[in-house]
Amino acid sequence: MDFSIASILLLDGVTNGAIYALLGLATVLVFTVTRVIFIPQGEFVAYGALTLAILQTGKIPGTVWLLLILAAIAAAMDGVGAWRRHHNALAALKSALKTLVIPVVVAGLTAWAAPLQMPLLLQALLSVCIVTAFGPLVYRVAYQSLADASPLVLLIVSVGVHFAMTGLGLLFFGAEGFRNPSFWDLRMSLGALTLSGQAIIIMVTSVALIVLLWLFFERSLYGKALRATAVNRLGARLMGISSQSAGQLTFAMAALIGALSGLLIGPTTTIFYDSGFLIGLKGFVAAVAAGLASYPGALLGALFVGLVEAFASFWASAFKEVIVFTLILPVLLWRSLQGGHSDEEH
Amino acid sequence: MKLKKTFIATALALLACGTALADITIGVSLPLTGPASGLGIPVNNQMKLWPSTIGGEKVRLIILDDATDPTNGTKNAKRFVTDDKVDIIIGSVATPVAIPIADVAAESKTVQLSLSPIQLPPGKDGWTFRMPQSNAVMSHAMMGLMKKQGVKTVGFLGYTDAYGEGWLKDFTAEAEKNGIKVIATERFARSDTSVTGQVLKLVAANPDAMLIVASGSGAAMPHMAVVDRGYKGKIYQTHAAATRDLMRVGGKAVEGAYVVSGPAVIAEQLPDSHPSKKVAIDFVQKFEKAYGPGSRNQFAGHGYDAELVLEKIVPMALKKAKPGTPEFRAALRDAMETMGRSVVAHGVVNWTKDDHWGYTPETGVMLKVVNGDWKVE
Repeated sequence: MDFSIASILLLDGVTNGAIYALLGLATVLVFTVTRVIFIPQGEFVAYGALTLAILQTGKIPGTVWLLLILAAIAAAMDGVGAWRRHHNALAALKSALKTLVIPVVVAGLTAWAAPLQMPLLLQALLSVCIVTAFGPLVYRVAYQSLADASPLVLLIVSVGVHFAMTGLGLLFFGAEGFRNPSFWDLRMSLGALTLSGQAIIIMVTSVALIVLLWLFFERSLYGKALRATAVNRLGARLMGISSQSAGQLTFAMAALIGALSGLLIGPTTTIFYDSGFLIGLKGFVAAVAAGLASYPGALLGALFVGLVEAFASFWASAFKEVIVFTLILPVLLWRSLQGGHSDEEH
Repeated sequence: MKLKKTFIATALALLACGTALADITIGVSLPLTGPASGLGIPVNNQMKLWPSTIGGEKVRLIILDDATDPTNGTKNAKRFVTDDKVDIIIGSVATPVAIPIADVAAESKTVQLSLSPIQLPPGKDGWTFRMPQSNAVMSHAMMGLMKKQGVKTVGFLGYTDAYGEGWLKDFTAEAEKNGIKVIATERFARSDTSVTGQVLKLVAANPDAMLIVASGSGAAMPHMAVVDRGYKGKIYQTHAAATRDLMRVGGKAVEGAYVVSGPAVIAEQLPDSHPSKKVAIDFVQKFEKAYGPGSRNQFAGHGYDAELVLEKIVPMALKKAKPGTPEFRAALRDAMETMGRSVVAHGVVNWTKDDHWGYTPETGVMLKVVNGDWKVE
């Protein structure tokens, strides 16, 4: 290995690591606010990339139908909930309509826009809207009524949601993969290193998103409310913060981050309906390295995972995955020696 | 009450007799989900076009999804032999899944028609026959072209699973015979999103040609990575990549790729003297009528060929025994081994007692991607 090879691997590792960092941040975010270990995070990545791919062909992506069905279920749940509380048909209807409105608008917009073959950036924006709209609905349908259950129960639900989303992905997108067009066709040569426009976009977007997240949590009222929920759910509720809307907002953000990651990674590799799982899992490894609690920790963990992956694929390609996932063992050991038995306090 | 019980018992008995006497039961295990579903779904589509009778007997097809998971494949196969009492097992089209099914087939003495070129240790393949061309047969076709192009050294980039392993073994052996050296070997997983590290190492070794062992649209990503690194040599792909998805995903980057394939994929371009031409065109016309132009691929062709084989062996076995019995299963195996030279869409097969692979070395066709389409090289 000489310097030029090392620098190419370094660039590759950082590019992938930036994506894992986003997913790691989303995992930490969801866990701290709702205590859900959100395994399907990667599915949002695949949904985002593939929704754009289908929009590219001028068809209406199947995710739109799923969105409508999910919205209908969530609306029915909200309606029934409101009826039970108020015994008032109008209140029930209002609550149901409130849930329905965003998904229906997004679906209508997609149905209108899909055959127009709009410019790539608009289609990308539309894909992000579709996938982001999934977030709150997934929380509403799968997790909200279990909000007080133990993390283990929520984890089991996550496994179920993961399998459901993968299976539906096969139904909507088919078994063969897609590769999205690049957002920026730049190729810069720096000695042996070729820097592609997409790699720059990935890194810039990741950094921008991380800064935005930081600003959101530090400066905005919503962010502070989410942090309060993360620290103490009951206390936050007593202060008038709805843990339900906190959960839905968190999931919307997680879906948004997932969809963006999908758009970022789509032009660099072939994405299949089930590609998201392994990408999400690497983000999860990064989040676990940070104890599912620290955003900077998740960022560092993700960059580390990306770099290890790049160098492992050069030195021992057949054992790359083994090396990446074995990394989690010493980290867990170190954490358990350091942290004591925090799990049992929940 | 008693009358009711008797009635149910009689009905059940009749039902049992009905299946045992008349129908031929075929258990099919295919990856309809999971990483190899791109291979399993076309086979399933082709099987939907199968006739309802073979050799004058009604056919009961049981198609189960193995999700590209060896455990599921074994489970399906066990269900076939214990619950469904199948006469023949077909599948899987994913190599890592087809291997454990062979164990169940051998144990239960049921013929397995594998849709994947699986390698089994000697003595273990007594009941397994392969429908696809062996990797060795396909390597032979590649060698022909490589020698013509003056290729001396090859870099190998393949899956870290049984498909990649099988190719590495057979290709290396075939290459040694022809004085070609495999100078670098790198692996990647079906789910990988980047192969930069592997490609760096391969390009640094600077081989005359690169062999990529991957399947379906998954074969495009490693190919593009190799082109991206500025590799100027020839790039070869295996018969699992012989689908149009390679061009759809790979676009301009896969232009000029050399892909080995069975003859069925390029039916129209076969010379009239090719024995498979008539059957291959029949397959392509029927399949594309049902699923649209350009939908044909290597794997659907294996599904079509499996039916041709059944049409030939079922009447032979029916002369000896009734479906649903161990004698019938044994008769099917004997028929497979003695059916002789048979023309199928993917070439000419001739299974014998000692050769459960079937195809002659001349079966593989070298294709080149030219302007987003196949051209016979």
